[in-house]
Amino acid sequence: MRVSVPKSLDAALGLLAEDPQAVVLAGGTDLMVAINFGRARPEHIVSIARLAELKELVAGEQVLCGAGVTYTHLLQRVRDRALVDAARTVGSPQIRNAGTIGGNLGTCSPAGDTLPILAALDATIVVVSRRSGERRVPFSDWMRGPKQPALEPGELVLRAEWEEAGPAQAFLKAGTRNAMVIAVASLAMVVDRARRRVRVALGSAGPTIIRATAAEEMASGLIEEVGWERPLTLTEAARARFADLVAAAARPIDDQRGTGAYRRHVIGVMASRALQRTGAAA
Amino acid sequence: MTQVRLQVNGAVREAEAWPGESLLYFLRERLGLFGSKNACEQGECGSCSVFFDGELVCSCLVLAAAAEGAQIVTVEGLEDDPVAARVREAMVAAGGVQCGFCTPGFVVAMTGLLRGNRHPSDLETREALSGNLCRCTGYVRIFEAVRRAGDALE
Amino acid sequence: MPEGLRTRGGVGESIPRPDGPDKVSGRFSFGSDLTAPGMLFGKTLRSPHPHALIRSIDVEKATGMPGVKAVLTAADLPGERLYSLHKPPDQPVLAAAGDEVRYAGEPVAIVAAEHPEQARAALEAIAVEYEVLAPLLDPVDAIQRGSVLRELTIRSGDPDAVADVVVDGYYEVGQQDQAPLGPEAGLAIPTPHGGIDLWVATQALHVDLEQVEACLGMRPGAVRLHLGGVGGAFGAREDLSIQVHACLLALKARRPVKMWYGREESFTGHVHRHPAWMWYSTGADRDGRLVFVKATILLDGGAYASSSGAVVANAACFGAGPYRVPNAHVWSGAARTNTVPNGAMRGFGAVQSCFAYEGQMDLLAARLGLDPIELRLKNAIRPGDRLITGQALTGAAPMAKLIDLCQGLPEPPAPSDSLALPGGAGNVASAAEVVRGTGFAVGFKNIAYSEGSDDYATARVRLQRGPDGAAVVQVKTAASEVGQGLVTVCLQVARTELGVEAVEIERADTTVGDAGSSSASRQTWMTGGAVRDAARLVAAEVLKRAGPPAQALAGGHVLDEEGAALAPIELFLDEPIEREFEHHHRPTSGLDPAGQGDAHVSFMFVAHRATVDVDAEAGLARVAQVATAQDVGRAINPLQVHGQIEGGIAQGVGLATMEEIKLKDGLIRNASFTDYIIPTSLDMPEVAAVLVEEPEPEAPYGAKGVGEPPLISSPAAIVAAMRAATGRRLNRVPVSPEELAGLSECRPGWLVRPGQSPAEAVRPAPPL
Repeated sequence: MRVSVPKSLDAALGLLAEDPQAVVLAGGTDLMVAINFGRARPEHIVSIARLAELKELVAGEQVLCGAGVTYTHLLQRVRDRALVDAARTVGSPQIRNAGTIGGNLGTCSPAGDTLPILAALDATIVVVSRRSGERRVPFSDWMRGPKQPALEPGELVLRAEWEEAGPAQAFLKAGTRNAMVIAVASLAMVVDRARRRVRVALGSAGPTIIRATAAEEMASGLIEEVGWERPLTLTEAARARFADLVAAAARPIDDQRGTGAYRRHVIGVMASRALQRTGAAA
Repeated sequence: MTQVRLQVNGAVREAEAWPGESLLYFLRERLGLFGSKNACEQGECGSCSVFFDGELVCSCLVLAAAAEGAQIVTVEGLEDDPVAARVREAMVAAGGVQCGFCTPGFVVAMTGLLRGNRHPSDLETREALSGNLCRCTGYVRIFEAVRRAGDALE
Repeated sequence: MPEGLRTRGGVGESIPRPDGPDKVSGRFSFGSDLTAPGMLFGKTLRSPHPHALIRSIDVEKATGMPGVKAVLTAADLPGERLYSLHKPPDQPVLAAAGDEVRYAGEPVAIVAAEHPEQARAALEAIAVEYEVLAPLLDPVDAIQRGSVLRELTIRSGDPDAVADVVVDGYYEVGQQDQAPLGPEAGLAIPTPHGGIDLWVATQALHVDLEQVEACLGMRPGAVRLHLGGVGGAFGAREDLSIQVHACLLALKARRPVKMWYGREESFTGHVHRHPAWMWYSTGADRDGRLVFVKATILLDGGAYASSSGAVVANAACFGAGPYRVPNAHVWSGAARTNTVPNGAMRGFGAVQSCFAYEGQMDLLAARLGLDPIELRLKNAIRPGDRLITGQALTGAAPMAKLIDLCQGLPEPPAPSDSLALPGGAGNVASAAEVVRGTGFAVGFKNIAYSEGSDDYATARVRLQRGPDGAAVVQVKTAASEVGQGLVTVCLQVARTELGVEAVEIERADTTVGDAGSSSASRQTWMTGGAVRDAARLVAAEVLKRAGPPAQALAGGHVLDEEGAALAPIELFLDEPIEREFEHHHRPTSGLDPAGQGDAHVSFMFVAHRATVDVDAEAGLARVAQVATAQDVGRAINPLQVHGQIEGGIAQGVGLATMEEIKLKDGLIRNASFTDYIIPTSLDMPEVAAVLVEEPEPEAPYGAKGVGEPPLISSPAAIVAAMRAATGRRLNRVPVSPEELAGLSECRPGWLVRPGQSPAEAVRPAPPL
């Protein structure tokens, strides 16, 4: 095992170009557990944890969030409410101080807390390599499977980009503990009134983050009727229909953190509440 | 093996290490700084909390060989810290210590909390300490210690 | 008495713990913090199969690897091959080729190397050929095949008693892990003369010593055990873990060897709380007076005996609750299966049956239309009453008073912030979706060892002049400080008895007599009693040396009978005074074939009221408050008693709401703190506690134990509150989100007539 600590992004890309099998270390919250527990013995680790170039966060109508931005930094700086809420549920203060958005994207777990909201914000992931330069990947193409990001050998996550989507957004995460818990299921919903767009994305509900497109269309239709600039008054029937559509989109499994049946159920519950909360926020 | 050189508690410390060693292991077995504890080695318990460039992190999740250049402060490095001193006194007096295994990690986290906010609310305290597990005390007297230390810092 | 002649910090005062300053600074040395020149690191190879025959073990490749200094298998064992808390021992030090492994995680080989990574690599290089066998995993199945660790029946009163109202219920308790923060750890150092010193984090040095000596095949005296700092225990350190292995490796390599288990390994490296399956039938008359309790309490003992026998007895003896029960029929037993052995955990059998009998009391109250608290008061056991084992309550038994006080404690305010709602920062619930429920439960348990054990503890107390000439007390015992505050208790006792505030509690080791284990809430009584009695012998010698009219010691002085100072104590310490005392509690008896006998020396009682906020739709809950009244006899240190209460309640919250080892095909699926979750600061409820101090006549200072009661009935109270909030049955802990949301219910996999052995169980008819 060897460890490289490049001093610049360019040097890091050079190392990855030379050794595309090298494993990238960012906040350490996933890779170090694998090493400590004897599950991973990478031959070559390239640490990008301290690269200042990846820590830039430009927060405005267009958000540019460097891969090295930590959850703590994120939740102090961005205005997208659901992303702030999601970042706040990541691990503990210690984990939020170390873990990065690039790490969440690179690890590419369906339980990654910020991933549903990046999906719901239609974020674009910018990756870079020495060979091909920068490449832009829409979030919808990012997750090829669990732990399979759309990264080619030699590529690094450079940043995530998205447009601020206004106040009508929600992130809900169900877990059996009130802090420091991996999502049994999570849901992000954005009603972008300016762009007339509804997005619903589910975490821990299948092999990747799942978009509930039929539910999105249904909600768009409801909002269209009252007007995009106005708050939505919902009937119980509409909430139930929406919840059913979202739950139907899930492809949950049974595992040690919860049953598939509970996951589908609580996704429906969260969907109904998210529709209520975002619909009311004009 | 590789040579690792770190800034720990204000001094340059150097030792040979296996490249996969966590900062926690390096602090403990290479530098003899056993105050940071090895309870879970997966970032879930906070017993190994240190300040890393001023930020509270779990040292078990830091790769020692990649930490060169960072300023690392462990519980031992807080000996003369005025906030930590009040925290230590309050933890003993309030009964926030039982087995003591989580305690150094708590002292580091509580010091971080009180540096930024002398009088955190109950929920602010609970959220700030939610990354530090204690199995003995039920936390109640640790929260009390935060209040007492905050008062003593006035 | 003038203030100067009062001894400060004695029995009854909330003094801070003496090891506190070292613990807060990081200087206190735990088992895993030890180090020695030339030290190697030991690691354990474990079976990946719950049941298999070992065909062969080949260590040749591992032996030659870089840094590897010792590789040992069962073929290398020098002494007894089996160890256990149980007699005769049944658990292999290392499983041998040609023999079976009986649980996943059973040790097969051990390695010592210069670096843990080298040791890990060597483990990977050991080739073990297994013939995988079918594991026995269902405890009812096991009982029916005669795979039983212990079974016991209690019969009292009229077996045919008829009640006006009968409620039947089925209950399950999941497998809880003690999850002490400190891992299993120790350091073994060979001595130049062929002996060995072992520093280890344990609950009982002498209990370990006896087993280690036998397994090393060493003569008495060649092995010395020293207490390494203990990072919590809760029962997890009663059985051996690294003890024999570290010594074997150190003796082989002739170098110090340190071992500690990582968190994942820890889950297979120590016993857990027995999971339980319980069938109950409770009868009462129309006024709500209990007529009978019939119960079958089935525990999974896992692969080896450990302390299953005593857990079975406790579950049975306390299985009808702290109530007047004229007629009882209880079967309690532990099956031997192919899971990690189960054994001691805080509450030790009493936790499991409490969840069932208190569930029954609530069912009964509902059936009778009575208030659940009123029903408990009506039936509360009182001094002089007999337990279902026929034993009369001769000591303090303030059950009714506890119920009264507990129900009167103030209730918590509504949650003020979304973080305090069920699900916390996950933002699932808003206040409108949350319903608050309240539940009540009571419990009781024995103190110290039972069923005829000769239970004793030893203390050596020395009084001499310190370097400055003033009197100093040194207290030496082999009792384990595991976090509970025993060092504070010993210090307070020595101050009270000797009137000297300068007391040093020496590090525990086996150079002094046995103190027994830090378990069964026994050390305040047993080791506290031994320190008291040894100190009284020392005090008597001071008074003898001082001569008349010396009467007492206080504030550093010898006093006359009026309390006036005669002289400083150090004046009589030209020669140091040292005395040793062995404190035994009153003998107990075994249980006869009908489960009758005076098996226990004393009992602790407790009441809990829980207030729980529930989001029933999402299946999420947050415990807002646990109120409690606890029978403590006398609080030697009220601050520490409250600490024990709060910490025990935290573990009760865990058992009720989240903590369970999840097994699939005999393998633990959640062996980590990521997936075996314990309460965080955001999960911990407010605690309102009141101590009831009715001195226990036989106990030193009247002090009962306090460690276990907080965990006995708090889970039952929390689940009762969840039932009140949701109307659901919730007959299993931990309550899963799925059950709380009403998506599923826990149903028995077997039909058992309460009181009967599961040997006669049948499968329920499949649903139509």
